[in-house]
Amino acid sequence: MIEALPRLIVTGIMDGTIYGLLAMGLTLQYGVCQVLNIAHGEFLMLAAMLTWTLSAAFGISPLLVVAIIGPLLFGLGFLLQTTLFKALKARAPSPPVFEGNALLVAFGLFYIISFVARISWGARDYVNTILTDRVSFLGASFTLNQMIACVIAVAIGVAVYLFLSRTRQGRAIRATAEDPATAGLMGVNTNMILAFSFGLGALLAAIVGIMMSWRNPISTYIGFNNTVIALVVVTLGGLGSVPGSFIAGILIGIVSRLVSGLWEPLLIVPVYYAILMVLLLVKPVGLLGKR
Amino acid sequence: MPILEGQGVTKYFGGLAAVSKVDFAVDHGEIVGLIGPNGAGKTTLFNLISGTYPLSSGEVRFKGQKLNGLKPHRICRMGLSRTFQETKVFGNMPVLQNVLVGAFFGTPTHVSGADAAKEASRALEFVGLSAMAGYPIQDLTLVNQKRVEVARALATKPELLLLDELMAGLNPAEVSEAMGLVKRIRDRGITIFMVEHVMKAIMGVCGRIMVLHHGEKIAEGTCNEISCNKTVIDIYLGEETHAGS
Amino acid sequence: MNIASFASAHKKLVTAGFILLVLIFLATLPLYGNDYYINLLTTILMYTILAVSWAMFSGATGYMSLATAAFFGVGIMAMAFLYGTLPFPVIVVIGGVLASALAFLIGLVTLRLKGIYFAIFTFGFVMFISQTAYYTDVNILGNAWGHELPLMDPGMLHYAMLGLTVMTLLTIYFIRRSRYGLALLSIGGSEEAAEHMGINTTMTKIVLFTISSVFMGAAGAIYAPALIHVEARIAFNVFNSFVPILMAIFGGMGQLYGPVVGAAVFGYLDRTLRVELQEYFMLAFGIILVAVILFLPNGIVGLLPTLQERLRRLTARLRKGGETEQHANT
Repeated sequence: MIEALPRLIVTGIMDGTIYGLLAMGLTLQYGVCQVLNIAHGEFLMLAAMLTWTLSAAFGISPLLVVAIIGPLLFGLGFLLQTTLFKALKARAPSPPVFEGNALLVAFGLFYIISFVARISWGARDYVNTILTDRVSFLGASFTLNQMIACVIAVAIGVAVYLFLSRTRQGRAIRATAEDPATAGLMGVNTNMILAFSFGLGALLAAIVGIMMSWRNPISTYIGFNNTVIALVVVTLGGLGSVPGSFIAGILIGIVSRLVSGLWEPLLIVPVYYAILMVLLLVKPVGLLGKR
Repeated sequence: MPILEGQGVTKYFGGLAAVSKVDFAVDHGEIVGLIGPNGAGKTTLFNLISGTYPLSSGEVRFKGQKLNGLKPHRICRMGLSRTFQETKVFGNMPVLQNVLVGAFFGTPTHVSGADAAKEASRALEFVGLSAMAGYPIQDLTLVNQKRVEVARALATKPELLLLDELMAGLNPAEVSEAMGLVKRIRDRGITIFMVEHVMKAIMGVCGRIMVLHHGEKIAEGTCNEISCNKTVIDIYLGEETHAGS
Repeated sequence: MNIASFASAHKKLVTAGFILLVLIFLATLPLYGNDYYINLLTTILMYTILAVSWAMFSGATGYMSLATAAFFGVGIMAMAFLYGTLPFPVIVVIGGVLASALAFLIGLVTLRLKGIYFAIFTFGFVMFISQTAYYTDVNILGNAWGHELPLMDPGMLHYAMLGLTVMTLLTIYFIRRSRYGLALLSIGGSEEAAEHMGINTTMTKIVLFTISSVFMGAAGAIYAPALIHVEARIAFNVFNSFVPILMAIFGGMGQLYGPVVGAAVFGYLDRTLRVELQEYFMLAFGIILVAVILFLPNGIVGLLPTLQERLRRLTARLRKGGETEQHANT
């Protein structure tokens, strides 16, 4: 059992980078737009299912579908913010009311998207895995898709972090997240920033969804559980903290592998929720959060 | 023993000290004024006394009892009540009901419905608003809403009343009326500690004045002493040349 | 004197009369209705209890609770386990008590959190209890196939649910008129001021949360036999947390009867659509949820004053003819 520990931890870290990327999208949407997007996982699911459709029906390589799916889901997120959430914000008498309403609307979107998907693709599993060859690394064997996904996740994660901290656009985004009124006064087009950020969050979910389809069987049901994981990670890392969610993702990845490998796989999900609840009680702002 | 005293009262928000090592004492029956430029920490000090925020360090004692860590509702029941800088009336009720809340919940012992109603009516009459008892409070002018806040606080039968910028937004006639009200409250045996910007009011009713600046107490004394204090004059002259307040 | 002016002059009489009629209808239904309609009305009553209980707390305090499904589910599972071993009413009470114990604990630890964290926590709690209960039931207690409940007389079930509904509504009514209701109202007006006027706002909220959960748990216990087959994941379905919210918001949170209206409408839709067009029902639910939050924040009931006002102005204009043009410009 104990020899498995290093392997579990390394696998956990690899899983964790993916969770971190997914969570980054969610935390961005909450931090900038104040929307806790319960439908986040549905974007992941859509991307995964579209990957299957594009590759099985149109023969496009699952490695390249991101060129189509990426902009598509970015656009969807962008649109949702400029139409739905912007209108919601305008009508809400106060920020907490808006957050509550946005949460409910996101849940409505969850039902809409997941059932539109269910009507389109049905309820079955689809297998569209690629790069399944095993490779030896640090004395254990991993699949190629696992490793490549991990590398991509880290690369994109770092890129997003640098974008937010070093570029002007990124600074504008952070300013809007901290104090939208002042940012607006300083000439920032806050509407554009919000729409962009929401779209970016959706894009990150899409990338994770595509990568997930490389590794696992997918179905129209995979959205919700991934939203839950993202939620736990985001809470641990701090609602609104981008680096926080990446670090937290890795931690959660490790914990989940340890639980499933050393205890009981069926209890991973309850453990997630238990962690979520304990976190909220002990340190609601998470590791790096400031709200 | 002073009815209210504080030693080394300090409050940090993040890295910034909003209130820093302030000592103060208020004796029974006094009307003490608390003045200072905007952002000096006056309302924060009130919030520390009334229990809205916990102190970062220092101690506050009311009637000899430590207030540190007590929640506002307990402090209220001990006999310390307050009004708020931004009027916090219960916008979803009529005027009398607003005051009734104070009468019902602000006293340490249980109050019957009839007694609470009587007390509320009396408090409302004291501030001169009996005629508006049944009106939705949203319909009242700001001046009158402030008066309801005072009535509400009085209905809790306090021994000490914190008044936070009662005169803000009042015209000179209204200020005079409010000054009269403050004196009448003191005549009832209630000690008053008041934050104020309107100098006429401070000079007119307060026996003693404390001056805060950047969270620190920089002066204390009688009205004469303070109005002659060079540091205080500098601060206020400085503020007048800058702002258009 | 025409009907309209009589009605507005004797508003209370009319309301009381209306309520009485509805009660008589519901109470006598089992005598002449067929099983399908009785079950339908029982379901509507169940949703009414959930919607009204949810609004009781979340409407008054502004804290959005997503724990409804947890309390409801506790009641269902209580009945699933205890049916037959104890008298029916006793199990219902146990369901309510268990739910309230849970609510008290949750309230104690979470009601000091900010609104969004409270919402996330209660959501996480429903999912946690759903998964853990399922795991425990299947793997530890060995009930791999869930629990079967024998068919109960629909009429009896209906009376039980009706009785609970009346109790719930009466409780809310009396709370509103009580000192406690005044405290709640003031917390809604300004929580900070309420706290400073001597109200222990945290405890007040916890108590309210606990009271609201009693009815949810009891409703679950009564409803369980109608489900016939009970399984932990069905009992704790998070959907049951969102449906009452939609009902309450759709109906309108300003008045007591708002959630009742919402529950009636959605209970009917749920029962008639859900069985045949399951997926389309969920889709419709999502669309209506979004639409209601966006366009009907005050619910259907919130439209009433606007409609009344428009009607009044219209009839005034018609009656006064040309003169009205000058008066209408106020």
